Amino acid sequence: MFMTDLKNIRLMHLALALRGWVLPLLLLAIWWCAVAFHWTTSPILVSPVAVWQRGLERVLSGELRVALLASLNRGAYGFLIGATVGFLFGSWLGASRWVERLIGPTFHTLKQISLFAWIPLLSMWFGVGDEAKIAFVAMAAFFPVVLNTFEGFRSVPRESIEVARVFAYSPFQLWWRVIFPTAAPSIFTGLHLSLIYSWLATLGAEYLMTSGKGIGNTLIEGRENFQMDLVLFGVLVIGSVGFLLNFVLSSIERHFLVWRQQTIARY
Amino acid sequence: MSQAGTLGIKNLYKKYDVKSQSLSVLEDINLQISPGEFVSIVGSSGCGKSTLLRLIIGLEEGYEGAIELDGKRISGTSLARGIVFQEHRLFPWLTVEQNIGVSLLNSGLTAGQRRHAVRDHISLVGLQGFEKAFPYQLSGGMAQRVSIARALVNRPEILLLDEPFGALDALTRAHLQSELKRIWQSEGITMVLVTHDVEEAVFLGDRIVVMEPRPGRIREIIPVELTHPRERTSQAFTQLKESVLSEFSTLIPDEATAPSTAPIGISNFSIDAWHFAV
Repeated sequence: MFMTDLKNIRLMHLALALRGWVLPLLLLAIWWCAVAFHWTTSPILVSPVAVWQRGLERVLSGELRVALLASLNRGAYGFLIGATVGFLFGSWLGASRWVERLIGPTFHTLKQISLFAWIPLLSMWFGVGDEAKIAFVAMAAFFPVVLNTFEGFRSVPRESIEVARVFAYSPFQLWWRVIFPTAAPSIFTGLHLSLIYSWLATLGAEYLMTSGKGIGNTLIEGRENFQMDLVLFGVLVIGSVGFLLNFVLSSIERHFLVWRQQTIARY
Repeated sequence: MSQAGTLGIKNLYKKYDVKSQSLSVLEDINLQISPGEFVSIVGSSGCGKSTLLRLIIGLEEGYEGAIELDGKRISGTSLARGIVFQEHRLFPWLTVEQNIGVSLLNSGLTAGQRRHAVRDHISLVGLQGFEKAFPYQLSGGMAQRVSIARALVNRPEILLLDEPFGALDALTRAHLQSELKRIWQSEGITMVLVTHDVEEAVFLGDRIVVMEPRPGRIREIIPVELTHPRERTSQAFTQLKESVLSEFSTLIPDEATAPSTAPIGISNFSIDAWHFAV
């Protein structure tokens, strides 16, 4: 009786985990039917089978690996540069009120400028090669980190600082043991957003500065040769990378910020 | 065991400057607290009792007069003076034992000694088994007990408590009052408790300092002759409680009949000014 209960519980857990797959599979089935039963004659609608075959071809020929690595490389460099500079700048703004008053207004104005508007300038300064793309990604990564880091450091409650004073903490101890941990959730949020924007910006950069290899270029190739299956395959790869990044980050956040459980409503 | 400290407060005056006017928060406070004594300070809101505690702990400065611990003027904060606030103010990213360990950072003890001290104080406040819990997993009473352990673990000479049980429900409050008395009897350190709960003041204190507001002054110091354990329902207890409460009821007719003679008119200040007086 106990063993069947256990098996039932495991089945239930499995069923719950698979809940998220119901909708995608349903949509996939509808897509396949639309092609198989010719619900439309548009050449844009390709069969999921064709997308699968095109994908297989790209994977086996190694072209996917080259393109994906190039894109990830640019994204990683851009993120690392943008996030690091962003963290340092955000900390600086957060630490000093007169710096914030001096530089803050300029920063807040600049952040309103759409990132894509920077592309002509970046092309002039960096050319159209990888440097320009990495610069673009770095800019996309920069702003969320600055804002969230600044917010994190400024939101340290007076009560916590008083506790540190009562226990005679040095300024370094105050920063490392009270201010930084209090700001950490905000900083994590900033880094999380930054990583997602970096990936978006990587694709954007590849699309707008088209020289070189990358997933974006795969999409362009597909569009120019009217190969919708290639385009869709590219989209799937992009989406999967984005999903993986988000998943990994959320797991890391959950591990480090386990003490924040209580702020999440469970309904 | 660290010695209990003697606290001397002489001619203490504290003023705040609000909108270019001087608001007197504390006026001519004189108090001598002997080592190992438990002093309860009672008063309504705005009598400056929290400000007094903050001056003693060193979080506020800029006063006239003298505050001395063991005959030496205090300056800033120090590990010799501990405080328990009304909110538990635990660090949410640390476990219970790490939170208690927070106060030992600058105590000069070795890691082994620190572990030992933390473990001792967890049992002192009765939280064995909760060493690895996070604050979000604790009830209000438990969190406040951690806060008490944190304040006691580096053996201060004097422990200040600023309405420590004010945010808790009545049952937990009564329980923690008994716990605090037990801890005081076993540790023997000087304790100063600020509260607006007269019963709490009578239950715990050797002396009760009654303060009145606007500006904050000591109205009366009432000795408590009751022996421990104290029965909240005994006649002597109730009588004492009544006599303390009667100190407060005489304040109200004074205010009602002569508001114009109050040193600072109520209408002159905004809400911000009153915030300072609490």
